[in-house]
Amino acid sequence: MPHISLPESQPGIRGAMSFRPETARPLNDLVEVLLRAPNSLSPGERELIATYVSYLNDCHYCQSIHGAIAAAHLDGDEELVRGVKADFQYAGISEKLKTLLIIASKVQRGGKHVTTEDVTNARNLGATDVEIHDTVLIAAAFCMYNRYVDGLATVQPRDEAMYRERGKMVARDGYVNVSKTYLPAEPTKP
Amino acid sequence: MAHIPLPEDLPGISGAFVFRPETAKPMRELAHILLHEPNSLTPGERELIATYVSSQNDCYFCQTSHGAAAASHLGGDEVVRLVKTDYESSPVSPKLKALLAIAGKVQRDGKLVTAEDVERARREGASDVEIHDTVLIAAAFCMYNRYVDGLDTWQPRETGMYAQMGQHLAKQGYLKSSR
Repeated sequence: MPHISLPESQPGIRGAMSFRPETARPLNDLVEVLLRAPNSLSPGERELIATYVSYLNDCHYCQSIHGAIAAAHLDGDEELVRGVKADFQYAGISEKLKTLLIIASKVQRGGKHVTTEDVTNARNLGATDVEIHDTVLIAAAFCMYNRYVDGLATVQPRDEAMYRERGKMVARDGYVNVSKTYLPAEPTKP
Repeated sequence: MAHIPLPEDLPGISGAFVFRPETAKPMRELAHILLHEPNSLTPGERELIATYVSSQNDCYFCQTSHGAAAASHLGGDEVVRLVKTDYESSPVSPKLKALLAIAGKVQRDGKLVTAEDVERARREGASDVEIHDTVLIAAAFCMYNRYVDGLDTWQPRETGMYAQMGQHLAKQGYLKSSR
């Protein structure tokens, strides 16, 4: 049972976000920019970074839903998502993404673990400054989302089919769109 | 030198915010709601939670700037220092001590928060929103701290600069840059 009274019908972060729509808006806006907005890293690659960090933080809900969203972006390749979590060095992803996953995993432990060499390795394989920035921030942000979801003891169903269906929907419609039911109305533009 | 070319004269998170305004906007809004907007926890109390978590994460820029914001709200930095050293014996309310215990667990891992931790906070008068916000402040500072350190941002050791920044944050909040 969650530590506070969250809406029962909403699992994971959705329960927490509908409990507090004011903070849900920037939380949704941030994940939308980081994982979905146009970027030289594909949505699938960015979702893999989010999934990997959530896996390292042992957050069941986040690694399952972002793993499902990643798979939906990657032609349903759930095997690739599993491969990245198990040992990304042997997974069928680009060498550049491997160097970014190393940076992400260091950030997961603590930002100060990232070395100049880690960054140089990513650059040598073609990573841009924005890609390095976004990798650091995706990893940092999931250290927040994971703690938020686990720290409130949200409901985290063990139901792969649920995550798979929701993953397809989020990959198609985006984070802000699927959360509209509980987000506060858009501020009116002047 | 930072891992990526950030504006040279902007310390800590400010340089990263200018480098990537698209992500800066929601990150600023989140901090503003959590730390500055009206809440049954005072801004000083919420800044103490942010400072404590940043100190546990050993992020110099964040613990110093939010420590200065807390000190500005609370009229002195002694309590900030005591909360960082040992909040259980510091002169903060029993409710805030219970919330700091929750924040300390979230900093390590959300799953460490127990029903007993939450029960203790409730017994001291904490509401559901206060418990929620404590968890989210602690979680959010696990992001801000990693962002600031993970990019190896410039974190000057000049207490005067932080005191000024703290006063600005305490007064204006987080939506706009102090420059």
